[in-house]
Amino acid sequence: MTVTTPQEAPVTDVPKSSGTRLVDRVFKMRELAILVVFVVMIVVTQLGNSEFLTEQGIKDLLLNATILVLVATGQSLVVITRNVDLSVGSTLGISAFAAGTFLQGGGNPVVAVLLAILMGIGFGLLNGLLVSLGQVPALVVTLGTLYIIRGIDSIWVGSRQITAADLPDGFVDFGSGGISVVPWLALIAIAVLVATAYYLKHFGSGRELYALGSNPEAARLAGIPVRKRILAAYTFCGALAGLAGALYLARFGNVDSGTGNGYELTVVSAVVIGGVVFTGGSGSVYGAALGALLLTSINSVLPALGVSSVWVLAINGILLLLAIAVDRIVALRVASALKKRNARHG
Amino acid sequence: MTHPSTTGPAPVLALKDISKSFGAVRALRDVSLELFPGEVHALAGENGAGKSTLIKTLAGVYRPDAGKVLLDGEPVVFHGPGDARDAGIAVIYQEPTLFPDLSIAENIFMGRQPRRALGRIDHKATHSATLALMQRLGVELDPDRPARGLSIADQQIVEIAKALSFDARVLIMDEPTAALTGSEVARLFGVVRTLREQGAAVLFISHRLEEIFQICRRVTTLRDGAWIASEPLDGMTEDDLVRRMVGRDLDELYPKQDVTPGEVALSVRRLTREGVFTDVSFEVRRGEIVGLAGLVGAGRTEVARAVFGIDRWDAGEVSVGGKALTNGAPSTAMASGLALVPEDRRAQGLVMDMSIERNIGLTGLRTTVKAGLMDRGAERSRSLDWAVKLQVKYARIADAVSTLSGGNQQKVVLAKWLATGPKVLIVDEPTRGIDVGTKAEVHRLLSELAADGVAVLMISSDLPEILGMADRVLVMHEGRLTAEIPRSEATEETVMAAATGRAAA
Repeated sequence: MTVTTPQEAPVTDVPKSSGTRLVDRVFKMRELAILVVFVVMIVVTQLGNSEFLTEQGIKDLLLNATILVLVATGQSLVVITRNVDLSVGSTLGISAFAAGTFLQGGGNPVVAVLLAILMGIGFGLLNGLLVSLGQVPALVVTLGTLYIIRGIDSIWVGSRQITAADLPDGFVDFGSGGISVVPWLALIAIAVLVATAYYLKHFGSGRELYALGSNPEAARLAGIPVRKRILAAYTFCGALAGLAGALYLARFGNVDSGTGNGYELTVVSAVVIGGVVFTGGSGSVYGAALGALLLTSINSVLPALGVSSVWVLAINGILLLLAIAVDRIVALRVASALKKRNARHG
Repeated sequence: MTHPSTTGPAPVLALKDISKSFGAVRALRDVSLELFPGEVHALAGENGAGKSTLIKTLAGVYRPDAGKVLLDGEPVVFHGPGDARDAGIAVIYQEPTLFPDLSIAENIFMGRQPRRALGRIDHKATHSATLALMQRLGVELDPDRPARGLSIADQQIVEIAKALSFDARVLIMDEPTAALTGSEVARLFGVVRTLREQGAAVLFISHRLEEIFQICRRVTTLRDGAWIASEPLDGMTEDDLVRRMVGRDLDELYPKQDVTPGEVALSVRRLTREGVFTDVSFEVRRGEIVGLAGLVGAGRTEVARAVFGIDRWDAGEVSVGGKALTNGAPSTAMASGLALVPEDRRAQGLVMDMSIERNIGLTGLRTTVKAGLMDRGAERSRSLDWAVKLQVKYARIADAVSTLSGGNQQKVVLAKWLATGPKVLIVDEPTRGIDVGTKAEVHRLLSELAADGVAVLMISSDLPEILGMADRVLVMHEGRLTAEIPRSEATEETVMAAATGRAAA
């Protein structure tokens, strides 16, 4: 092969939409990377402990992830707009107890779930209004509502507790049942996830969430109703936290005034590990969901491998830092690749 | 009023007696403006004259306190930028307003994407519409690449494509050429002419007066928020226009006083920083203004940084008033009477969110201290003193520096360093991006300082400024000092020859 073949010419020919391909590939890679880590972890665990992936084992993995996936999906929308909602743990706790009390009094389960969602919407609206009107950093505002909602919860609930025995059998069965290994709860979470992802990609208002997270001032100048969109993102996030509260009740059957305490940090970790950038404007809900799946699975993997669960938190932290480091490196790589592309067509 | 009595088409967009205030500052007072279809109209005025406020009023960002906005002769109220856009008004702001994470196509069509059934975005149509726009503009940009990393010129192209995409009837361009090269400007003007021929009204703002004459037919001048004139550019000269903007003649622009240089204040001997500049030697005497000319990247700023101690030098020495400076120690440089006004005032010269008072006070943190604590009273009086001396235009001394116009920000940087009572002042591009009026003030100030015995080293890429202000001109080329030219022999030709390496010192 000393003679140049005709095939060599098109090497410099850049495909028309190589920019997208590059970026798409990076993001898909980002999500793929989490998936790979997840699969490797599961495989290694299964090799170490053949009891791990029984029917019940798979079901548990999915069940454990469900609630975090839901809340992380809502949180992603808020983070994409360059905000954050720290009150989701409190909202989850109080809506779970509200749904439980309602069911205890003989209420209809469907109405109980709707009640929890409505409650979440109420707190979401409150957060959204404070953040969009108050011009105060979301971190501070939602830290405030975190304590307020938790406070209301503690006063209202006191030392009371709801247990599975207080709940209708159908509701508890729904919490643990499903189609073969796929629990009902996971199906709900997947439906919400897919719908949200579709909305974000294909609807104008969904793209506007990315736009205003990417450059808030430009969003304002482009005529995007910034406050309305932020309000909507918080409301959606609250609604999902409420729904997650109802599902939590169905799954565990056990709720008290401490339910969901500290959950917001797990949610934010899942979102960031999933590649939703904390400074807004990029990331996907699928990534966040994978992040959630990865985080909750570690909880099951370690005991199965005989490792003490005291390691869980430390490992979560390492994953978080790794994810941020990877994002940073990828961002730099992409930036220099894009610059080179510029140079080519001057 | 000097509006032409129109027998032709009615103005597509007009402002009538618009006023707008921000706190105590009256940004616009009874300003009127008429934009006719098929004309390119210039808006002239110094920084702080109210041009930006006027644009933002047209764009629906601000609502006027008084007066009317007329669209096709009918009064309208824009409740936000969206309303103005729907009325066919496109604005290209000075700083591009893109979404870095989104694709070029999304940037162009944000909020107005082509739709499919159920209100879903038609991504394919968005893509092909963007391709069509790019072809119309004669550029090759991939519609799907993210806006992040685009050059300023390409960002500007995206902004223009945005304006084209909704067939704007009125296009407002705020300093669109500031960051463009000659060929890019030509391309932009081609687009503007096409738009004009298609009947759009264009409002064009630029500090480059020659561009105004090149492309505009009429000009409206603002001064201190007030309307001065709207008139045809035919028969006007640049000097006429500057007089309208500044309110006085231009011969004041380079008010250089003659001085007899005193003893050597700054002496730089064989200064070298590996790979950056080599063997640079010069002196600046008391009362002298020495210009440091050269092309961008010749190493001028780097020499200044090394002299002041921000970067270390590898060989050579620097002394102020006969005392050698320590390598890489800005604090000793300051203590021996050296001051450096950096090139990039926003990033290096100022803390943008801090007040005027505290910015000026920054250099005095060591002197305005009582028993280890800041003496806020002393800081305030010192700052007020300098703000008044330099005629900084502000509402309150406690306002953030970011609220000031560029020229006034530059004055704050100067005040901050003059407050240290320097013996040697190094100014790097002291008048870049500031208006003619403030420029003249800065020049007068430098001249007065020199007359008071301060040694001034002025780095500038503005050749008329170098020739107008410097007693001696040093020229750098690729990291070496290539010429030292006395004022009497300094011309554009001699300086440029040395700057491009065509003549040896």
